Amino acid sequence: MKNKSLISINDFTPEEHIRILDLAEEFERQPTQRILEEFVVATLFFEPSTRTRLSFESAASRLGARLIGFSEPASTSLQKGESLRDTIRTISNYSDLIVMRHPREGSARFASEVSTVPIINAGDGANQHPTQTLLDLYSIRKTQGKLDNLNIAFVGDLKYGRTVHSLVMAFCNYNTTFHLVSPVALKLPSSVKIHIKDKKLTYHQYTELQEIVPKADIIYMTRIQKERFSDPLDYEKVKNSYVLKKQMLEDAKPNLKILHPLPRVNEIAIDVDSNPMAYYFTQALNGVFIRQALLASILGVVS
Amino acid sequence: MSKKEIRKELKVSAIENGTVIDHIPSHSVFQVIRILNLAEYPNQLLVATNLESQKMGKKGIIKVRNKFFVPQEINKIALVAPSATLIIIKDFNVTEKKQVKIPNQVEKIVKCFNPNCITNNEEMETLFSVIDKKDLKLRCRYCEKITAKNNMTFF
Ligand SMILES: [Zn+2]
Repeated sequence: MKNKSLISINDFTPEEHIRILDLAEEFERQPTQRILEEFVVATLFFEPSTRTRLSFESAASRLGARLIGFSEPASTSLQKGESLRDTIRTISNYSDLIVMRHPREGSARFASEVSTVPIINAGDGANQHPTQTLLDLYSIRKTQGKLDNLNIAFVGDLKYGRTVHSLVMAFCNYNTTFHLVSPVALKLPSSVKIHIKDKKLTYHQYTELQEIVPKADIIYMTRIQKERFSDPLDYEKVKNSYVLKKQMLEDAKPNLKILHPLPRVNEIAIDVDSNPMAYYFTQALNGVFIRQALLASILGVVS
Repeated sequence: MSKKEIRKELKVSAIENGTVIDHIPSHSVFQVIRILNLAEYPNQLLVATNLESQKMGKKGIIKVRNKFFVPQEINKIALVAPSATLIIIKDFNVTEKKQVKIPNQVEKIVKCFNPNCITNNEEMETLFSVIDKKDLKLRCRYCEKITAKNNMTFF
C-alpha cells in the first residue's frame, strides 16, 4: 500500500482492508509510537469537519509526524480563486502525504492525479469517505469477532447516506444478510442493491425499526435530514419512527452493538448511551487507530 | 446500400481518398463535426444533411478527404450517432465498411451531469467508463455518478 492513494473504498482490495484492520489492532494496543518523525502530513480541509480532522491529526501526532494545513475554507487559497490543481501541486511540495476533505465530488480523485504525494480522501462531497468505512469494518470485527455471516441492519436515510452505501458494498464480500429500514422515500438506491444481488446475498426491507431488533448483530443508525423531503409533512410523519430507544432493545441478541457515524441528532435516545450495546463513541475512537494504520502503511513504515 | 441510396449520395461529390461517415441522424450532423473537431480540418470536407434515406427517413453524411480515423477517435461519435457507418475510400473505391462502436471509455466530449462534480468546477477534462452500452450509461471517473442518455450533454 506504500504510496497508494485511498480515494474510494474499492481502491484497496478486501485483503488490503483486512491488513489495515490488523494493523489498527496493533496501534490500539500501542497507540503512541514515534515512527513517522521523518514525515510531514498535510490536512487540507476545504470544508470544515472538526471531528474527522482531529481524528487524523491525533493519529498523525501520536506517531510523531509533523502537521501542516488548514481547517476551513476562509483560510485557504480557494477563497482567492486558486484552482484545486495549483493548491495540491504546491502543498505536495511541502508534505509527504495529503489528507483532504472537499465539498466537490471527485475532488480527491482529481487531486490524486495532480499530486506528487499520496492522497487520503477524508470526504469528497456526497461521494466517498473511505476511512469511515474502514473504521466501521474495524468496529464490527472487534465487537463480533468476525466479519462473515452477520445480520446487519441499516436504519434511516439509506438513499443519500454515503456511509451506508460504502459499508453495504464492503460487506458484500462477507456473506452478510442485510436488513434495510427506511421510509419509502429514502430506500437504498438500486445502484447499491445491485451489488448485493451480484453476490447472491439476501436483503430485507422494512419500514418499522422494531421488527429488526431481535434479528440484528449490528444496528447501524443514520440521521434522517429534513431537507431530504420535498413535502415537510412527509418528514413530520417519519421523523419519530426511526428513533432507537432503550426499551426497544429488550429482545435484542446479546451480541448486538449499535453503531452511528456521528454526529447524531435525536435518532438514538440518550437513554441508550448507558446500555452496553451502545458502541458509537468507541467507534469514533477506533477511527484514530484506523487512520494510524493508513498513515503508516501509505508512508511505507510498515508493510 | 440500395441503388437508390447510392444515386442520392452522388449529390455530394465523391472523394478520391478518405472517409465517408454515412447514416448519421440529420440532427446529429453538426454534433459529429464538433466531436471530431472537423471545423478545424484543413482539407476538403463535404457535409450534407436532410438527405432522404430508406433506412432512416432523413440522414446526414460527412466526407473527409485524405483522413483515416483511428478507432478511438471515430468511436466517440457512436454516442450521438450509433447508426453511423464508416466507409473507407481509396482511389474512389470502397475498401472497408464498418459500423461505429460505443467505446469502453469516453474522454473529454461529455459533460458530467452532476453540478457538484469537480469536473464542472475546475479547468479539467472529463473521463467516463461506459458501464452500459445498450442504454448508454457512463460512470464519471471523478464523482462516480452515472450520466445517462437522458441527461447527457456534450461540450
Ligand atoms: Zn462527475
